[in-house]
Amino acid sequence: MDARLANTWRLTVNEKNFIKTALLSEIRIDGRKPFEFRNFIINFGREDGLTEVQLGQTRVMAIVTAKLVQPYQDRPNEGTLSIYTEFSPMADPSFEIGRPGESAIELGRIIDRGLRESKAVDTESLCIIAGKLVWALRIDLHILDNGGNLVDAANIAALAALMTFRRPECSLGGEDGQEVTIHPPEMREPLPLIVHHLPIAITFGFFIDESIMVIDPTHNEEAVMAGRMIATVNANGDICAIQKAGGEGVSQRVIMRCLKLATTKAVDITKQIKEAVEAYNSERALQKIKCKSTYAGTNEENRNQSVDSKGISELAGKYMERLKLVSRECCVSPNNNEVETKSLRSGTDGINFTSGPLSWDPYSKGVDPEFLKVSLASQGLSTPNKKKESSGEEKPSGTEREGPYDDVNPKSSAINTSRIEIQTKGQKTLKDAVKPKNKRKKKGSSII
Amino acid sequence: MEYVSPEGLRLDGRRPMEMRQLRAEIGTVAKADGSAVFEMGNTKVIAAVYGPREVQNRSQQISDQALVRCEYSMANFSTGDRLRKPKGDRRSTEISLVIRQTMEACILTHLMPRSQIDIFVQVLQADGGTRSACINAATLALADAGIPMRDIVTSCSAGYLNSAPLLDLNYIEDSAGGPDVTVAILPKLDKVTLLQMDAKLPVDIFENVMGLAIEGCKAVSNYIKEVLLGNTKQLEYRRGL
Repeated sequence: MDARLANTWRLTVNEKNFIKTALLSEIRIDGRKPFEFRNFIINFGREDGLTEVQLGQTRVMAIVTAKLVQPYQDRPNEGTLSIYTEFSPMADPSFEIGRPGESAIELGRIIDRGLRESKAVDTESLCIIAGKLVWALRIDLHILDNGGNLVDAANIAALAALMTFRRPECSLGGEDGQEVTIHPPEMREPLPLIVHHLPIAITFGFFIDESIMVIDPTHNEEAVMAGRMIATVNANGDICAIQKAGGEGVSQRVIMRCLKLATTKAVDITKQIKEAVEAYNSERALQKIKCKSTYAGTNEENRNQSVDSKGISELAGKYMERLKLVSRECCVSPNNNEVETKSLRSGTDGINFTSGPLSWDPYSKGVDPEFLKVSLASQGLSTPNKKKESSGEEKPSGTEREGPYDDVNPKSSAINTSRIEIQTKGQKTLKDAVKPKNKRKKKGSSII
Repeated sequence: MEYVSPEGLRLDGRRPMEMRQLRAEIGTVAKADGSAVFEMGNTKVIAAVYGPREVQNRSQQISDQALVRCEYSMANFSTGDRLRKPKGDRRSTEISLVIRQTMEACILTHLMPRSQIDIFVQVLQADGGTRSACINAATLALADAGIPMRDIVTSCSAGYLNSAPLLDLNYIEDSAGGPDVTVAILPKLDKVTLLQMDAKLPVDIFENVMGLAIEGCKAVSNYIKEVLLGNTKQLEYRRGL
């Protein structure tokens, strides 16, 4: 609050009067009608759960991340959702560096109330072990440019980010069913969140008195307006949150009118968001298919190694049986992986960026450092030398199996891979599960 | 959980449309220019107003109107479990902002340029509806300080549980996770100045609940007017008029 007036940019009296008198005859400075929403564009990042919304001149970025934590004691089987806001000083001179100001907190609270209290995100599906381990979702909202009406823009960004976010799949194992295995995104397709409904925030600005009202005020209009009301509604006509903190008084009749208007706007906006998300999802699915095929190729050597380790780890043995079954089905092709991977690579060259460096380097592709570490740790006794030997022996069976599959159906091969990998690589305890974020980061950086 | 019994009684024995007992006292902080204690059932709030006075931080001075500041805090002992971090969390910052904007709208700030008005509200006992109680206490304290206002602001909350609209929720009803509508009105102008709501509610039911909360605000305003009148009479009597 202390910074509230220190650095604010103020409109001149002339400009203020101009906006007000124009509004009296239902004209807005940017040529919109009073109840017209600005057009918005949703841009999606390369990662899931990263969106940037551009609403007129306002730009807001939202990032969703997930982490495993212990749940709150009063809600042992619910994941958590928290919202953090960052008002960067580059967006507006009145935003100051350091602790979030009042407006930042208010924005966070409004969006939080709309999303959380209306139970838009299914938090119970984020539970892994009741009372012990749940996913904690965190939405970071960054204001990149303040062109007015930050709340609506931030809300749209948060929704789009939630809808595109995917969390890694988890499964429980061990004797007591308490061991958590996190499957990296390459192994198993990450799961999207369950979003029940979309609460859309619509901001109303009141000028002079309640009779002059606009939707989606711009930065200049915000400086003039006497009161503001934010109604968060969904397309079904439910009201999820309302915030009208002081300002010009409004009669009950006008409030109800605003809510009706907000509902119709929410239907439009919901449709637009859904369309954008669908477009992103279909594009992503296409990309995934391509990714998977390259992954299967570059990972062939890995697979062999994982096969060797079966002798030591019992569980892997079980999977080997499955593996053999599969290999019996396949015809034998002794000219193994060298050829296969090459052909595959040439087919997918340049399409897949994430695994690019792996496919350039013929040596690095075979050795996944992470995998080696894990397998070494789990075996204890086995030395790298021994491993090499055994890998030599086992090689044919592993590669034979994969060869033809890759050509015919890249997707199925990827599934096979994941099955085996999970066993050797995926034997993780709770301890490993605690810091999935770092792990993922490490992985991401090595790929990029 | 059942919040309204088949006999139509709530957990604390009230009817759905019944408010908790109100109690107000003016002039509880001797040092302050205006002060008040406001109770709604077990919720108890104390408010103190300083000003209009010189602006402490010159850079914040406004040349055509008064600067209004507000600080909301909860006493550590106000809740069942003792609060760990009572100051500066997001909730209290937001409530401070909300109270400030609400009071700013009713104070005639243009009459006091280059000055500052400080409102401090502290929750002594929290049993639901602290936001409403704080606004009511702040109104009384501002009136006690003799600060010119358009109208008094009164506030009340209402909720919707077991498919029945309930007036003036207590803590148990508030934490049930149902909708909670807090309204503040300017009773003379019959305008809604503060409206906060969470959880999900269809539009038509919302209209009923809001209507109920507004009725509650009107009841509060009658009580506040009574208290202010009684206080003024006492002042008159003391002066020997």
